[in-house]
Amino acid sequence: MEQKTKIDAQDGQQDLLITREFELPLELLFKAYMEPEIVEQWMGTKVLKLENKKHGGYQFETTDPKGNKHRFNGAIHEFSLNQKITRTFEMENTPFGVQLEILEFEQLTSNTSKLNMHVIYESAAKRNQVLQLPFAQGINMAHNRIQDILNKLK
Amino acid sequence: MNLRRDVFQAIADPTRRAILLLVASQAMTAGAIASNFDTARPTVSKHLQILTECELLKQEQSGREVHYHINAKKMKEVADFIEPFRQMWDERFNILETIMKNYKPKE
Repeated sequence: MEQKTKIDAQDGQQDLLITREFELPLELLFKAYMEPEIVEQWMGTKVLKLENKKHGGYQFETTDPKGNKHRFNGAIHEFSLNQKITRTFEMENTPFGVQLEILEFEQLTSNTSKLNMHVIYESAAKRNQVLQLPFAQGINMAHNRIQDILNKLK
Repeated sequence: MNLRRDVFQAIADPTRRAILLLVASQAMTAGAIASNFDTARPTVSKHLQILTECELLKQEQSGREVHYHINAKKMKEVADFIEPFRQMWDERFNILETIMKNYKPKE
């Protein structure tokens, strides 16, 4: 089966490109980034703040299985409805620095759309550190979450 | 210590990455590997032990000597180190897609 989410990360570069095609109209895909309660569900975080506008900011908080809270925040530089979001992203109290994220939303057909997410890190070394974070646990949590959400939708 | 070692933890160390690069060109004994580093011999042995435990290196007996070889199969897995990160985003986007397919605008 072809992978839906693709990541292009060249050796020695400080950026990467995440692309994904959705079986969703462009407007619905973009809405998933706009509404705090929807962001909370698919990102698996609490949304403390989400100001979707130029010069706006956001702050998310997750709780790990040990009960520790982790916060993420960033500043929004561009917010163009159904087109583009440019923002920074930072994991608080970590040595990973600030990353720049450029999200471009594209309509493919009336029922399908595509997201291009270009992420630029402070250095190639920082990019690789982030890529090596222990994500396995997060993946399992996501599996449980999708089940919870499907149950709620019934 | 005989904990099951994590591959990514293993390659996070610069000396261990240097050892892998060295052994990638040819199989070597522990002594030959150690002679390439200023680090104390027991420290190099410890690194070799870790790399062997997580199967990045394989030991092969030839006569009285033990040679360390690269385990190409495991190295391939490391080359795919981006895979967990990709899966994390794939999961998130799958959830996003599921939610939005069922999305009903508020009245």
